[in-house]
Amino acid sequence: MDAATISRPAIAEIWSWLGEIPDPEIPVISLVDLGIIRDVAWAGDLLEVTVTPTYSGCPATGVINFEIERGLREHGIEKLVLKRQLSPAWTTAWISAEGRAKLRGYGITPPVEGTAACAGALVPLEVSCPRCGSAKTERISQFGSTPCKAHFRCTDCLEPFDYFKSI
Amino acid sequence: MGAPASSPAVSAAVAEFALRMGDNCLILGHRNSEWCGHSPALEEDIALANTALDLIGQTQLWLGLACEAEGKGRTPDNLAFLRDVSGYRNLLLVEQPNGDFGRTLMRQYLFDAWHLPLLKALMGSADRRIAEIAEKASKEVAYHLERSADLVVRLGDGTAESHARMQAALDFLWPYTGEMFLADALDEELAATGLAPEPASLKPAWQEHVGRTLADATLKVPEKSFAQKGGRRGVHSEHLGYILAEMQFLQRAYPGASW
Repeated sequence: MDAATISRPAIAEIWSWLGEIPDPEIPVISLVDLGIIRDVAWAGDLLEVTVTPTYSGCPATGVINFEIERGLREHGIEKLVLKRQLSPAWTTAWISAEGRAKLRGYGITPPVEGTAACAGALVPLEVSCPRCGSAKTERISQFGSTPCKAHFRCTDCLEPFDYFKSI
Repeated sequence: MGAPASSPAVSAAVAEFALRMGDNCLILGHRNSEWCGHSPALEEDIALANTALDLIGQTQLWLGLACEAEGKGRTPDNLAFLRDVSGYRNLLLVEQPNGDFGRTLMRQYLFDAWHLPLLKALMGSADRRIAEIAEKASKEVAYHLERSADLVVRLGDGTAESHARMQAALDFLWPYTGEMFLADALDEELAATGLAPEPASLKPAWQEHVGRTLADATLKVPEKSFAQKGGRRGVHSEHLGYILAEMQFLQRAYPGASW
């Protein structure tokens, strides 16, 4: 093996490192769980990581890029570049099954896919309470603590909770 | 197709178009942010702030494209904080004062019902960068429209007080809606080169959505068709100057200040 190959960790290993970097807003899930890392590739001795934003105004975007860079440098990656990819636009369908389970465990009901807003009336939703599991819930507001979430309330256990909107 | 994609004329058209899109998002986003901490209900305070956040994010994308296309080395921050009123290209609708919560909401709805079909049409733009921003933004704006339409119906078809306020808001804002569908020479050029749809082509979808929503809201569509106009060529109402005075204060007082 030549020097360049030795200093180039395998792509699979880099994915596993990225899988350890938490989302700054919802630290229980990783950036890989969130589905925003779209590609990891070597271009010679330069590592290219392609990232797509969740929401265009998400304040976490800057922190996410910083964390990716810091995380990979800690593993000895010296030359890396982050590429922003807008299209195809991020969809919650890219949140992993593991990420969905972690969201629910954290108190956020994961997105019900296929219910994204579509210019019509409010899309009816069956959102179950992440605490007691009841299906008797009501929407309080289309926006919750962040743009990606809506605000719901359980009418059985009476607890308010966040629902991660399908987009 | 007209000039090749890389010609200076096309770049100038893309830059000017991106400015129009970005300025609408910036000014409406700023107006919404003025409600932060003052909304009638906590949930609505959060919703308005989140809508503002989406719009400011879209502003960064559009103004980023404007900077790239004009190629003068300016940044989105330069455009937002260092242009004067006559350099702004937003619709007069979005700079109108917030008024009460009903007027803020009605302004948002009348804008959203135009913004979404525009973005959907732009997803087919001949310029890949325009299409990509439109694809991203349209997903967020679909939620803006869902919320604003729902609240217009609930408040319009609500109490006598909320109904009267929503009707007053509609009557006040109506003359500012016609500008969305007017075309100038640039719009004609954009349509001819497949970069953006003809403004008038968006009117049927807007009228259909607005007609249906206002009927559900038991509100009466104003009969007057007079349209206030000028935003696209930098002729604004007096209100924009006050917005910029507040928004640009720091960069004007301390040029180049950064975090």
